Amino acid sequence: MLIETGETMPLRTSDDVVRVRQAVRARAVAAGFSLVDQTKIVTAASEIARNTIDYGGGGVLRIEVLRDGRRLGVRLTFTDQGPGIPDIALALTDGYTSGGGLGLGLSGAKRLSNEFAITSSLGHGTTVTLARWK
Amino acid sequence: MSEIPILKIGDCLLVSIQVDMHDRLAMALQDDLTQRIVSDRARGVMIDISALEIVDSFIGRMLNNIAAMSRVLDAVTVVVGMRPAVAITLVELGLALTGVRTALNVDKGLAMIRGIIDNAEHADAHRDR
Repeated sequence: MLIETGETMPLRTSDDVVRVRQAVRARAVAAGFSLVDQTKIVTAASEIARNTIDYGGGGVLRIEVLRDGRRLGVRLTFTDQGPGIPDIALALTDGYTSGGGLGLGLSGAKRLSNEFAITSSLGHGTTVTLARWK
Repeated sequence: MSEIPILKIGDCLLVSIQVDMHDRLAMALQDDLTQRIVSDRARGVMIDISALEIVDSFIGRMLNNIAAMSRVLDAVTVVVGMRPAVAITLVELGLALTGVRTALNVDKGLAMIRGIIDNAEHADAHRDR
């Protein structure tokens, strides 16, 4: 699997969430994604970007376009140095929220992705990686 | 005040969201609309989202909240113009927008609001007799 292109973006404010949506959309279009696939990965990106800011205290997003043989994909890696997630299984449950949201961010983003992984260390931060393939 | 204009047409308010909304803008719109329902004595609210390329859980929650608040204030909310890719993604995200009435376009949305208001007034008139 090859990484064709990549860029890193800061995640600090709700304006950054809008910029992330636009950047992910541009990469998905460049990778030849259908309109539905574009919409799914942009929506997933919006959910996790907001989580990184609201719960992780901000962080960074790495966007990469991947090539696996003839397949193209987009991989997003969100990293923060926040408090971490004590119970990842619980955090991935529909309707569970530690904040004031609907509790659909993580679980919904996972459903919208082909690959999804969370690693978290209490007191050190969280990394969420998701990918969608054409 | 939000940067999204709210137009008054008769006893209805019309909002057409034409920008990629950041979260504070969505909250401001929710507050503005609620104020305007009361100050304009609006009976219907139509929100056109045909320009929105995504609806995530935050924007979905805003639409749900507007519908719930307007219901409490005796107004009807209809969301119109959702793109097919947005609808597919919303359902997969897990957000069914169960509390929100939807219509395909502005014409059908206005007709829906009119029908609901007229029905309610008819029922009121009947009760008062």
